[in-house]
Amino acid sequence: MKYLAEYRDPKLARSLVDRIRREATRRWTLMEVCGGQTHTIVKQGINEVLSDAVEMIHGPGCPVCVTPLEQIDRALHLAARPDVVFTSFGDMLRVPGSECDLFQIKAKGGNVRIVYSPLDAVELARRSPDKEVVFFAVGFETTAPANAMAVWRAKEQGVRNFSVLVSHVTVPPAMVAILDAPDNRVQGFLAAGHVCTVMGWTEYEPLALRYRVPIVVTGFEPLDILEGIWMAVRQLEDGRHEVENQYVRSVRREGNRPAQELVERVFQVVDRGWRGIGVIPASGLGLREEFADFDAERKFALGFIRADEPAECRAGDVLRGRIKPFECPAFGAACTPESPLGAPMVSSEGACAAYYNFGRFRRAAGED
Amino acid sequence: MCLGIPGRIVEMRHDTGLPMGVVDFGGVRREVCLAYVADEVSVGDYAIVHVGFAISKVDEEEAHRTYQVLREMGELEELSWIREAADAAASVDAPGRPTGTQSDGVGPSAPRADA
Repeated sequence: MKYLAEYRDPKLARSLVDRIRREATRRWTLMEVCGGQTHTIVKQGINEVLSDAVEMIHGPGCPVCVTPLEQIDRALHLAARPDVVFTSFGDMLRVPGSECDLFQIKAKGGNVRIVYSPLDAVELARRSPDKEVVFFAVGFETTAPANAMAVWRAKEQGVRNFSVLVSHVTVPPAMVAILDAPDNRVQGFLAAGHVCTVMGWTEYEPLALRYRVPIVVTGFEPLDILEGIWMAVRQLEDGRHEVENQYVRSVRREGNRPAQELVERVFQVVDRGWRGIGVIPASGLGLREEFADFDAERKFALGFIRADEPAECRAGDVLRGRIKPFECPAFGAACTPESPLGAPMVSSEGACAAYYNFGRFRRAAGED
Repeated sequence: MCLGIPGRIVEMRHDTGLPMGVVDFGGVRREVCLAYVADEVSVGDYAIVHVGFAISKVDEEEAHRTYQVLREMGELEELSWIREAADAAASVDAPGRPTGTQSDGVGPSAPRADA
């Protein structure tokens, strides 16, 4: 496919790998923010091939992984109601709640449906006036414009039996939380290319300056990631700390303005809990008051559902880059993709699942 | 989750006021909301699509330029490898450090289809 295949050329990848290894005078510590990048890095073995030049810490950029247990339990509660059709992106279905997951609710007769676009959920509601259709609105800034449009359209078309269970998070506050941690080791970031496609990179400029960290807006293909790493290493070697854009074919400094405007009209900034991390101030989006009728938490009075995360899951330490997945005692034993304790073992973009699925734990455990 | 796939816009229309269209992803066609790129795209353009929404028009000039830079870089590396190899004629089989085997090295991969 055009604009994909050419960014996977193994020969070019090899030359970038050599270049990074030659230019790094010491081992630098970088964090890729986005789970899609984590998937590519671990699958392609980029972290192993570069292990003497950079250590890649896998950031909290997997919305599936950071959606709090409480919110999953609320989803499960809704999905089990006979009057509700619960709609979601496919990767939320196996995320464990306190007692089960959405797949199990579906198997027991719950009406759970996977949608490709949030607009499909609005259309389903329009065609099923006798049902309450709830959409699980999770995601980062990339997904917020799509979810905002679904709510906007539902209001515009008077689809009153549609609502959203919102668990939207935003990237910059999480980066600040990581950088502010006393034990932070991250020296440079690969920022998420599609988040920045929507938001641009002006939010990152003050961060690069204040924390003196290079931030490179990076794409998702192997060559994109290698070039992003190379740009970050070059900045570190030169003693620079700027925001640079590797993913020029999609990202502009100001981002996608029409998308930002609709997100702004539908959502407002709220404090959000991150699974394994806790509440980060002003790190998420919630519906504005004028869209309260479309807020599933209010419509179904879900506030009473509270949950504590299992103590043996160290997802929070993985998401903050404190430990590698294989350093968690539950990894591969009490916690596997078939029977996950925490969300990073569920999503294909979760760091634990990536290490498990690509067999990175055995070698890595022996070497690191 | 933030997966975005580039595809070519093959059809544009309005659905009760909402800019919609059909995008071709290497032969697979899907309905896509074009509301966020409507002002800058036309049929034939490439767009990055995420959960049924086009979030950017692919800048074809930049896409081409990035690839060219990478390729030139690759060609230069090839030349220096050849030189290194010639200089170290005694140990021709190991020019530079090993980069791992084919299976754990960097290689092409199939596009993923998740949310």
